[in-house]
Amino acid sequence: MRTILQGSLLPPPPIKLSHSSLLFSPSHSHSNLKFTSKSSPSPPTITMASIKVHGVPMSTATMRVLAALYEKDLDFELIPVDMRAGAHKQEPFVSLNPFGQIPALQDGDLTLFESRAITEYIADEYSEKGEKLMCPGCNKVKAITKVWLNVEGQQFDPIASKIAFERIFKGMFGMTTDPAAVQELEGKLVRVLDIYEARLSKSEFLACDCFTLADLHHLPVIHYLMGTDSKTLFESRPKVAEWVKKITARPAWAKVVDLQKQ
Amino acid sequence: MAGIKVFGHAASISTRRVLLTLHEKNLDFELVHVDLKDGEHKKEPFLSRHPFGKVPAFEDGDLKLFESRAITQYIAHRYEGQGTNLLQPDSKNLAHYAIMAIGMQVEAHQFDPVASKLAWEHVFKLIYGLTTDQAVVAEEEAKLAKVLDVYEARLKEFKYLAGNTFTLTDLHHVPAIQYLLETPTKKLFTERPRVNEWVAEITKRPASKKILQ
Repeated sequence: MRTILQGSLLPPPPIKLSHSSLLFSPSHSHSNLKFTSKSSPSPPTITMASIKVHGVPMSTATMRVLAALYEKDLDFELIPVDMRAGAHKQEPFVSLNPFGQIPALQDGDLTLFESRAITEYIADEYSEKGEKLMCPGCNKVKAITKVWLNVEGQQFDPIASKIAFERIFKGMFGMTTDPAAVQELEGKLVRVLDIYEARLSKSEFLACDCFTLADLHHLPVIHYLMGTDSKTLFESRPKVAEWVKKITARPAWAKVVDLQKQ
Repeated sequence: MAGIKVFGHAASISTRRVLLTLHEKNLDFELVHVDLKDGEHKKEPFLSRHPFGKVPAFEDGDLKLFESRAITQYIAHRYEGQGTNLLQPDSKNLAHYAIMAIGMQVEAHQFDPVASKLAWEHVFKLIYGLTTDQAVVAEEEAKLAKVLDVYEARLKEFKYLAGNTFTLTDLHHVPAIQYLLETPTKKLFTERPRVNEWVAEITKRPASKKILQ
């Protein structure tokens, strides 16, 4: 349940490229969490993390961005946003995302929001680092990737997110799961997963034979659903089950899941 | 000369998004009509083109695509040198591209679900002989107002959503807006000065007028 911003919306500063990054003061209630992707502990350094993610590890959209950063071996700083206090609907956060939703990302003086725009930027800007995250090739291959990126955003996520909300997040906010809603939503999800089953019989991953953003974008919601009774929908389809196993076993994803435990 | 084919319906918002892009690019294409009333989109052979059974589907030579926003992006990149530039002026600048990408995600996730519901209630339901649910209209208009408040602030700084030139980000909004301007929801656009100007700009473009025919 979102806190509604009282009064009129203040016009946020423009999302200009020369916009200087908003530094959160260290006196913020939570300490800034600095993460490096390196698995071995390194001695403390003055981290000039040019990448900052404003969000929380529990949020599916935040996890989407963190997954991309880990896949790319990029250093970043995760700056928590106090959702319960409605910090995401107020300044200074709404200057980063005027829609008042996490995550937002800063890379130097560039500010971005919308997780799928952020991951695409990360894949493009850091194309030479870490995992590729895009199918190799020219316009036609890129176009196929965009098809499946849109499928996740337009066909899978609207349904799957609602199921996760019903089964998991409602309970956290003291609300009760609506079994009729879950049933209806699962009825829609199975049709999507049947299409995925057919697709994955022809292609190792959704967009091509490499792991790309089109697969990665599914991870946070699938992760949640696999901890519920909805997991049977994935497990009962062999190709989908295999794909879920593969993508959730990736070391970069394990790091994202680890953050939730901290 | 297999050329470009769009499989869809001339009245469909998603189909129009693709047609608009083709017109902006001055590209020749064939619109292959899909009979939605007959459920043609839920059967073969259409399902082979769009496994989710939705219009439009698209073909350019031997490349087959679906999802309107994937199609428009393909067209904008593949035919970059032709017709209207629908990308940022410096198309290689990744930061500029990311700003445009934000706008496209916002249209897809914040604007379109709401605008489509309103178009369904005000326009398409009536075509199917159903009645508008005013409670839904009120709820969705409240959501749309919040989105348009953000747009109003954005458009005070820039002429268009991704900067000072017309891009895919703006284009993606046109078909739904065209429908809503014919409904009581129009007031949400006209009562916000910069949004009103932006709407006037993007709907008066020759390509925007072509898709209304």
